[in-house]
Amino acid sequence: MSAGTYTPRPGAAPLPRMIAAQTALETRMLLRNGEQLLLTVIIPALLLVLFSAVDIVDTGAGASVDFLAPGVLALAVMSTAFTGQAIATGFERRYGVLKRLGASPLPRWALMTAKTLSVLVTEVLQIVLLTVIAFALGWSPHGNPLAVLLLLVLGTAAFSGLGLLMAGTLKAEATLAAANLVFLLLLVGGGVIVPLDKFPDAVRSALELLPVSALSEGLRDVLQHGAPMPWGHAAILVVWAVLGLGAAARFFRWE
Amino acid sequence: MPCLDFPAMENEPVVQVTGLVKRYGTKTAVNGLDLVVRAGAVTAVLGPNGAGKTTTIETCEGYRRPDAGIVRVLGLDPVADADRLRPRIGVMLQSGGVYSGARAAEMLRHMAKLHAHPLDVDALIERLGLGDCGRTSYRRLSGGQQQRLSLAMAVVGRPELLFLDEPTAGLDPQARRATWELVRELRADGVSVVLTTHFMDEAEALADDVAIIDAGRVIARGTPEELCRGGAENTLRFTGRPGLDLGSLVKALPDGSGAAEPLAGTYRITGSVDPQLLATVTSWCAQHGVMPEGISVERHTLEDVFLELTGKELRA
Repeated sequence: MSAGTYTPRPGAAPLPRMIAAQTALETRMLLRNGEQLLLTVIIPALLLVLFSAVDIVDTGAGASVDFLAPGVLALAVMSTAFTGQAIATGFERRYGVLKRLGASPLPRWALMTAKTLSVLVTEVLQIVLLTVIAFALGWSPHGNPLAVLLLLVLGTAAFSGLGLLMAGTLKAEATLAAANLVFLLLLVGGGVIVPLDKFPDAVRSALELLPVSALSEGLRDVLQHGAPMPWGHAAILVVWAVLGLGAAARFFRWE
Repeated sequence: MPCLDFPAMENEPVVQVTGLVKRYGTKTAVNGLDLVVRAGAVTAVLGPNGAGKTTTIETCEGYRRPDAGIVRVLGLDPVADADRLRPRIGVMLQSGGVYSGARAAEMLRHMAKLHAHPLDVDALIERLGLGDCGRTSYRRLSGGQQQRLSLAMAVVGRPELLFLDEPTAGLDPQARRATWELVRELRADGVSVVLTTHFMDEAEALADDVAIIDAGRVIARGTPEELCRGGAENTLRFTGRPGLDLGSLVKALPDGSGAAEPLAGTYRITGSVDPQLLATVTSWCAQHGVMPEGISVERHTLEDVFLELTGKELRA
């Protein structure tokens, strides 16, 4: 490199270009991570195939795939927006990635926008894959696609808020353990593969307030029963989103 | 467009810190610190562990809000004007800062994309000897390679002002020299550089200005030459016949000089050692028929000054 190579010529790239670059990088990091793929792709796909093919859990009247597909879609959203995002962001904080990017031209809000876009890109890939598998298993969905879309977006907002709250306040190792534990508990108790009416009434009414239950039951109302927009479930997701994102904005520590 | 700003900036300091105080809980990390960094110069911030070097640098970078005092970087407030300041500075953290799964070249290319007029990434990778590990993920790089990647990330956006926090910590001698060479090239092209270091030779080799920090304050500042001169007196040593009468030598030397024979036949002259004093000593030896052997002048290094100012006991 010759004289004048380093002559200062500073400046930020245009915002859309920065956000696009950051989104692409975040998505590549996520898709390259084997543990993340296990959580976001392999487990939901396996559960869908296994429980549709083998009658382990009594899923009520009708084909079991019609019960399972909406629950597994809710699980996929949770695995990416909550579990995956919490673990990845927790380690980025621990390794000083968030700190270093904080000194770059990328504003913090733009970094969070890129993270959200990366979560949405991953969810689209998950949903396409799971939908193909479900159709292969004989799934026949009903209802208004816009209601499904709205529920998925609200669920993503609720899970992102909770995931970022965890990543921004706990140690990376604690986030790793807690996020996996929550994933497992909500998988069992959140109406994903086990119908909530298998639980005693008192437990059931508490479980119904969980974000993953609201999302899986809401999706099931629409996709399995062709119901109009399930506003009750949507309202639960809105409350979780407001609480989670609000607390994350307030308590998130970048270092 | 930003280039048009430079002529006006030329004589203004690029960093001006006045009365900076920063506390963490009950611990005061920085306690009334003043620092001025000249445009186009390399400024080294020296100090023992825990002296407040990193806190000072990170306040300039906008990571910390001062508890008291004023910090101006390129004329801006690093916290309030962060969005305007950050594109103009380059930052090398003491450690970390890279996705553990990212490849070296991938991360550098990404940082380049965040800037409007970045350096050529491939040339920079070659320049820093990272050509062989471009496809290696960050966690598999050696410590030295991680340091060099971090330096490349600080430089790639063509900043006006660089903050390097211990840029050569953990590097082998070759990599250290390569980093020094890059800092010199950056300076030659008009980049202002602030670096912290433990290494006195690094400050002597690179810095136009040195600020020595201890217990959260600047305790000495100046060019390396000024600091070395301002320290204790220099020493001239030689050996010769034991038991010389030093009284006549002291009379011949300028006021404030001293002569002693700490060991039989070993002589030590202290004072402002310059060519004139050396000539006085050798002609005195000639008059007394003494051959001064092993004659040597000990110049004070920045390390002597540093140890004199900060004490020799180990810090936590």
